[in-house]
Amino acid sequence: MIRVQGISKSFLVAKRPSGIRHAVKSLFHREYTTVEALQDISFSIAPGEIVGYIGPNGAGKSTTIKVMSGILVPDRGTCSIMGYTPWLDRVPYVQNIGVVFGQRSQLWWDVPVMDSFELLRDIYKIPPAAYRDTLTLLIDTLDLKDIIHTPVRQLSLGQRMRCEIAASLLHSPSILFLDEPTIGLDAVSKIAVRHFIKTINKEKGVTVILTTHDMNDIEALADRILLIGKGSLLYDGSVQGLRSQFGTRRTITAEYRENAHPLQIPGATLLSWTPDRAILSVDTEQIMMSEAITQLSSQVELLDVTIDTQPIEDIIVQMYKEYQL
Amino acid sequence: MTLYFKYMMLLFKSQMQYRASFLLLTLGQCLTPFTVFAGLYFMFDRFGQLQGWDFYEVALCFAVTQMAFSITECFARGFDTFSSLIVSGNFDRLLVRPRSTVVQVFGSRFEFTRIGRLFLSAVVLIWAVTNINVDWTFLKIVALFFMVASGIVIFTSIFILTASISFWTVQGLEIANIFTDGGREMTQYPLNIYQKWVRRFFTFVIPFGCVNYVPLLFILNRDGYQHPVYALTPLAGVLFLIPCLIVWRIGVRHYRSTGS
Repeated sequence: MIRVQGISKSFLVAKRPSGIRHAVKSLFHREYTTVEALQDISFSIAPGEIVGYIGPNGAGKSTTIKVMSGILVPDRGTCSIMGYTPWLDRVPYVQNIGVVFGQRSQLWWDVPVMDSFELLRDIYKIPPAAYRDTLTLLIDTLDLKDIIHTPVRQLSLGQRMRCEIAASLLHSPSILFLDEPTIGLDAVSKIAVRHFIKTINKEKGVTVILTTHDMNDIEALADRILLIGKGSLLYDGSVQGLRSQFGTRRTITAEYRENAHPLQIPGATLLSWTPDRAILSVDTEQIMMSEAITQLSSQVELLDVTIDTQPIEDIIVQMYKEYQL
Repeated sequence: MTLYFKYMMLLFKSQMQYRASFLLLTLGQCLTPFTVFAGLYFMFDRFGQLQGWDFYEVALCFAVTQMAFSITECFARGFDTFSSLIVSGNFDRLLVRPRSTVVQVFGSRFEFTRIGRLFLSAVVLIWAVTNINVDWTFLKIVALFFMVASGIVIFTSIFILTASISFWTVQGLEIANIFTDGGREMTQYPLNIYQKWVRRFFTFVIPFGCVNYVPLLFILNRDGYQHPVYALTPLAGVLFLIPCLIVWRIGVRHYRSTGS
């Protein structure tokens, strides 16, 4: 469905040192640096997938989304989405996609949400019957009934984001691009948004590509993640795969009957120790978990043991470090 | 076209949310050209005529230009303030909608307060038309209509052209106002009061002369301009739109989005 091959994009950025003197100087003479926003990015996405697109700020996430939605023209590479090349077949292509920019509104600020929806209906030339059905569905699932007649400027961020998502789905697109859809939302709104994304993916088979900094979004939604850093694709695979590849460390918290000697287990590092409690970090590549537990129980009288896998957030931070992003 | 009216209705609703601001701005827009017009009036009151042009003739010229300009500012305001769309990155939004960018930019903004300016120019136009020393024929009325209509097209073209420049410069260029505001100020007066190079520029580069000066001479029955073809010269001005739209298309291809 989506096939991206060898996409590269660079920007020419003017160097602007701070200070008045440099500002004046740059009026006459300017130095440019080339920033490689994307370097040889390739991937393909099948219909019905939810793909999480992650990476630190400035890694090229938004640039990729913009190339895929036909806003930017890449320097090199090809991109074929549903048989269209986004930047060449813009008008017929965008009829099939929905785009939500978390930080930018697509609704008209001073009028009730409903008016925006109706204008979008005319922009996308949605047939009246289809429009009515979709609208009812969206109002029910996103719980918009009470806010649909309120001007956008009076909505809370969470309410607005629900309307934004509804607005981008009015024309029943088969692909939905979400650029940081949960940015700035409270826990309740985040869960509502996630739940909804999951629902439309399951029930309508909408392919979803989302960028986010919230790893909970990824864990709740994405079957697959793409990690991008400094313009290159670093990882493409499942969340579990990421865990087994990078998250090999487990944390053991052990409580035991008082013991004066610090624990010593080869292959594990002691993170903290008191006479009745210890936290260990175990690298499962060096020592099997069962072996570690055996060692542990031979040294102390165990009362309670909890084993935690590394949170995905830590794995990502670790990966960022590893790739020096 | 129907979409354009839908946009207009929506933005009109938005504008009505701020009623007091709307009324005051409209009044202000009415008074600004009024002061210019008052200046014109007192000048003629003092000197009688300007290089063979009497007051009502110049008033007609003034009214036509002001009318075309105010209508353009009302309906093509999206292009006039286009650089803000680029700076904020909201042009991205337009690109992911399945309609032509030109229609969407037109629909992005309307300046309804220009009604004030339009009202004043209509009053001046009627005053000038009823007092001017002209035998109104059908063709002359057509010529007058074309003057306003093509004036709108030319001002719109200039707006589109200057908007296109912001694809390269991001920030809008005040220099472009030389052609919009400057063009308006120039063409309020018959072109022959200016230097030859100014006249040439505004006839052949930006064809204000075709839409304003030449048909005015036809309406006034001046020597050498009596042939009916001069009534149709405003149509030549419409051709100016074509290169402007081409530059716009190139600009859209060149667009580089901002921010995240």
